[in-house]
Amino acid sequence: MTRVSEHLNQALHDLMESDPSVHLLGEDVSDPYGGAFKVTRGLSSRFGSRVRSTPLSEGAIAGVGAGLALAGDKAIVEIMFSDFVALAFDQITNFAAKSTSMYGRPVPVPLVVRCPTGGNRGYGPTHSQNPQKHFIGVPGLSLFEMTPFHDAGDLLTRMFELARPCLFFEDKVLYTRQMHDTGDLFRFEVTDDVARVYVDGAGPPDCTLVTHGGLVHRTLDAMRALLLEDELVCELLVPAQLYPVPHLPGLEDAPHVCVVDDGTEGGTWAAEVATALYPRLWGRLRRPITLVNSADSVIPAAPHLEREVLVQAGHIRAAVREALS
Amino acid sequence: MTVTAAAPPRSPRPAVSDQDLRSLLLIRHFERALLRLFERGVLSGTTHTCLGQEYVPVALSALLRDDDFVFSNHRGHGHFLARHPDPDGLLAEIMGREGALCGGVGGSQHIYHQRFLSTGVQGESLPVATGVALKLAGTGALACAYIGDGTWGEGAVYEALNMASLWRVPLLVVVEHNGIAQSTPTSVQMAGTIAARAAAFGVRHHHIASTDVDEIRAGLAPLVDAVRAEPSPLVVEFATHRLGPHSKGDDTRSPEEIRRVRESDWYDRYAEADPERFARIDGEQRDLVERVVAEVSARPAAPAASAALATPSPEARP
Repeated sequence: MTRVSEHLNQALHDLMESDPSVHLLGEDVSDPYGGAFKVTRGLSSRFGSRVRSTPLSEGAIAGVGAGLALAGDKAIVEIMFSDFVALAFDQITNFAAKSTSMYGRPVPVPLVVRCPTGGNRGYGPTHSQNPQKHFIGVPGLSLFEMTPFHDAGDLLTRMFELARPCLFFEDKVLYTRQMHDTGDLFRFEVTDDVARVYVDGAGPPDCTLVTHGGLVHRTLDAMRALLLEDELVCELLVPAQLYPVPHLPGLEDAPHVCVVDDGTEGGTWAAEVATALYPRLWGRLRRPITLVNSADSVIPAAPHLEREVLVQAGHIRAAVREALS
Repeated sequence: MTVTAAAPPRSPRPAVSDQDLRSLLLIRHFERALLRLFERGVLSGTTHTCLGQEYVPVALSALLRDDDFVFSNHRGHGHFLARHPDPDGLLAEIMGREGALCGGVGGSQHIYHQRFLSTGVQGESLPVATGVALKLAGTGALACAYIGDGTWGEGAVYEALNMASLWRVPLLVVVEHNGIAQSTPTSVQMAGTIAARAAAFGVRHHHIASTDVDEIRAGLAPLVDAVRAEPSPLVVEFATHRLGPHSKGDDTRSPEEIRRVRESDWYDRYAEADPERFARIDGEQRDLVERVVAEVSARPAAPAASAALATPSPEARP
């Protein structure tokens, strides 16, 4: 078993070993510290000046990464807490993303901005957000998120092959979980690049849930309770690519669809998924797609208050029960 | 203390090569033509002419190599033409006609041609230029970024200077300090000086008041060599003058102030220095630009943007 943070670390080691054009920049990423979440541990010792601990300058770090990409190399930029990616918004949206097309021809910008994200760690309002929604619908920009089911090395390779800037979200609680662990009730497979988690031999599900990597374990907890206590069979789809919303396979026969998104309410990824699904499933859906989001609130520091704002297994279970009642 | 753009000391007979004079006058007539086209209602959007500042990129161009990367800003036509004398491609881009440098997508402020790139957000280019310079370090090539005095209000400038100095990258920052940021005099938008700001980061600073391209180059050449060889960043600050409006017809300066600015213009001084040669080349370049305007105006519109707008890997929505 491998922790997700260790898996990511190994993927970065492998990528930098196999591709000498890859640089990595970020605050405190060098050894012995190895990044605030230790995902970059060992890289600076092994790859020298290709790995740089930077000043506290998120905007310029993203810009330097874009410059390296423009000059023919590839760059991975770490934003210590995804909340701080707001400081790089101009470089990412106005420069890196636009540059792929605003010069009248495709300009490759192989840049991956890694964003440790999410709450449930008591870090409070400016260190706990899921800012994915702020980057949805930016021409030239793709959004990905680490999941327990997708190989990080494959994802990094894919993002660079897109030749356009990508934000790669990595949930901070997910870092501490094991790869590929679904517990004993569930199995998973990856189809069309989307992970499908299901109850083996349970027949057609009553509800299909869609979520992003950071919410997988909370959603699985809800699915377990729904199965054992409510006798409702759910399956779960987890895309690693969040935007553009990829094809989500096998939804044609789903009696109900529920999208679970840790971002706060309003202008959400969940709504974007539903927008993509409605034309496709219209006429088959028996009721509106259920959207579950964190509350329209800042994220409090005190754990009991934070739990009320962020999506928890209980919220997901209640939403599915209510929809199917 | 605020640096004010004082009138440069007059060198009575600036010696300038035919090639430099051609470049200076190409830019001058190109920019004048743009303002005329705007008056006639043929251009859309906006434009920012560099009238009065043409000598800055012309002086720099001879110090730059083909493998250098040049970053330009909103006021970038002169930067482009001094490096790539392709007024047809640039005008086609500005007019959205066939043969446009960037398919008509970028327009006046967003040009990417070979190793020349302009963007329209103040200060945005400096971190990118620092990244490019990081890649170029040790090759002898450098990244050159043109910015204005107004750009120094942007935090990106300081983030980039800090990294460029820490990491010893070959970054040449060319500041066209024309004393006015759109309509706001530098005296009310900048505390302290550019020299002191550069010094705060341990970055070398060189101030230029001359408008004589050869004199400018002579002073600058060893410093630019050092940028390449050491490598190290350098801030070069030109005390220059914007003759025209910020964009078009939006000049709020007093007639007296504009008159003072005109007195500093290189154009009359170069004309006085060598009237016959100047008149000949001036006429040639005026005619050239007129031909370009006529020829590009007659071109069909640039093809539909769908192909041009394709990102390297477009994703189909489900």
